[in-house]
Amino acid sequence: MNYQIVVLIKQVPDTQNVGPDAMNADGTVNRAALPAIFNPEDLKALEMALQIKEQYPGSVITVLTMGPERASAIIRDALSRGADRGIIISDARFAGSDTLATSYALACAIRKIGEFDMVLGGRQAIDGDTAQVGPQVAEKLDLPQITYAERLLELNGKHIVLTRRLDNGVETVEAELPVLVTVTASAPDCRYPHAHLLLKNAKAQAEIWNADAIRPEIERLGLKGSPTKVKKIDNVVLAHKEGVQVECSEAGINGLVMTLVQDHIIG
Amino acid sequence: MILIYCELTENGQIADVSLELCTKGRSLATQLGTGLEALVCGNQLKDIEKQLYPFGVDQVLKADDARLFPYRTLPHFALLSQVVKERKPDVVLMGATCVGRDLAPRIASHLRCGLTADCTSLEIGSYEDKSKNKQYDNILYQIRPAFGGNIIATIVNPETRPQMATVREGVMKKEILDQNYKGSCIQLDASKYLKKEDEAVRIIAREIEQRKINIKNASIIVSGGYGVGSRENFEMLHQLAQVLGGEVGATRAAVDAGFAEGDRQIGQTGVTVRPKLYIACGISGAVQHRAGMDQSGKIISINTDPEAPINAIADYTIIGDVCKVVPQLIACYNKNKK
Ligand SMILES: Cc1cc2nc3c(=O)[nH]c(=O)nc-3n(C[C@H](O)[C@H](O)[C@H](O)COP(=O)(O)OP(=O)(O)OC[C@H]3O[C@@H](n4cnc5c(N)ncnc54)[C@H](O)[C@@H]3O)c2cc1C
Repeated sequence: MNYQIVVLIKQVPDTQNVGPDAMNADGTVNRAALPAIFNPEDLKALEMALQIKEQYPGSVITVLTMGPERASAIIRDALSRGADRGIIISDARFAGSDTLATSYALACAIRKIGEFDMVLGGRQAIDGDTAQVGPQVAEKLDLPQITYAERLLELNGKHIVLTRRLDNGVETVEAELPVLVTVTASAPDCRYPHAHLLLKNAKAQAEIWNADAIRPEIERLGLKGSPTKVKKIDNVVLAHKEGVQVECSEAGINGLVMTLVQDHIIG
Repeated sequence: MILIYCELTENGQIADVSLELCTKGRSLATQLGTGLEALVCGNQLKDIEKQLYPFGVDQVLKADDARLFPYRTLPHFALLSQVVKERKPDVVLMGATCVGRDLAPRIASHLRCGLTADCTSLEIGSYEDKSKNKQYDNILYQIRPAFGGNIIATIVNPETRPQMATVREGVMKKEILDQNYKGSCIQLDASKYLKKEDEAVRIIAREIEQRKINIKNASIIVSGGYGVGSRENFEMLHQLAQVLGGEVGATRAAVDAGFAEGDRQIGQTGVTVRPKLYIACGISGAVQHRAGMDQSGKIISINTDPEAPINAIADYTIIGDVCKVVPQLIACYNKNKK
């Protein structure tokens, strides 16, 4: 048994390392000034795919992303970790996509890739934390969805068993393929790139598909296909409290603790 | 009409996050001069509508079927998507929980409507589309912090209906409107909505855990950020929390760095807290973090940077190294406590 697996990945600004030039003067994000990384939970999804391929070596892993051509960096990374094929869908007509338009474009691209047994992706991307694209792709492809997946327990013919990590515990579910699975942060970490694959893929170019290649209804793409509009962006002006500056010394801290005890806030 | 999708707790009660949304939904509905409805899908719901009326719900839609509990995506999707098509609400609100975040996007995709996740505020207002020279009134403002710096975005869905948003537990206040509020209840025939294909995913085991970490109800929270530096240093925060009788919270940066468990994350995409005392240790005070803690009674900030934004909302600021200040706090407390 071999499996055809599509893994959805995204290049995201590293929100942990936001510097002072991360913002443009008009309040929009200066993406160019942010280091770009492989979205962490997408790496976990890739690992799940690699585990399947390890068990069923004839399986084929295609990684798919929507983004600018510089997203080649994460495609190369995925190939070096063991993915077989990398595709970027990239077109000015995708600009301004919200999650609905994004999931539509991704679903069109997945249809073009052809037969598949499962679509995997990270639960959410760190630049938005919305967790919307996975379920929306599933709906568009009319696939059952299994979100918050943590561990793959069993894959046997068309039968898959997974655990899900939820707010209040762990659930084990089974389904028949094809399905869409989103993988959560507590899933196993992704293996490192192989040295020989790194070398081999150092200059690899991803396949780049434009909007026409995925045969969409054009009005469902980009800004036009996005029902959510940003009405305004406000800078938050901090209501400055008249706070007390406590001297950083034993006496200062002791004074603070005494005040808090007196005010019945602690003690 | 405004529709709240209600979630159930393990023992079949309406979840707090849903009741909070009923309170918010009630005030939005009153402002719009429209009704508030709530959909409950579950098994053996008995007279669950009585839990909802006091929050000002005019109409409860109830689907009672063994296939609807515990929650699974497809059966709930079948019900909610059909109910929305039949009743055409202007607004649908759901909890930003494992359930709401699984279901809402699938619904929005199906109806091709807009959805905003993790809103921190919801308001009604107008919207002008200058490019189309069109004015829209009574639009739902879906307000949430936006990525990058201290900015808040107001998002609208002018053209599509329903306008959908998810909100985390604790963000809105749960308030009984009137113990004797008169609502009505419609029983939906679940078998009319559910198909065989909706059984595609089967639950074969469930291990429900009592949440081990419960920072939501702590009256004192010692919270650590990236500036705490390591998981080992976080131990000090646990010690301080223990002597004060509080809990330990964290920023997303601290969680991502592995200093603390995900359940401790406070903020827009974590837990919202309103403790009596919030001690922010090595936290810069990004807008996403403040969204989850700025209603705290008193805030103490311990930070090496006098310019850290968190200091601006702190009642007490100590400029210094967490690793030095926290042990001193513990020592002083032990000396002064009654
Ligand atoms: C979509 C999205 C959702 C998000 N949701 C959340 C959320 O729910 N919760 C959340 O917290 N964040 C969230 N974030 C991340 C948020 O934007 C910030 O990146 C994060 O809150 C920063 O955490 P921090 O203050 O710990 O780290 P930093 O910003 O790195 O700040 C560290 C602070 O520690 C101080 N410091 C350093 N060393 C010491 C020392 N020895 N002693 C004392 N002080 C020291 C520094 O001066 C600095 O002020 C979200 C971001 C995005 C994009």
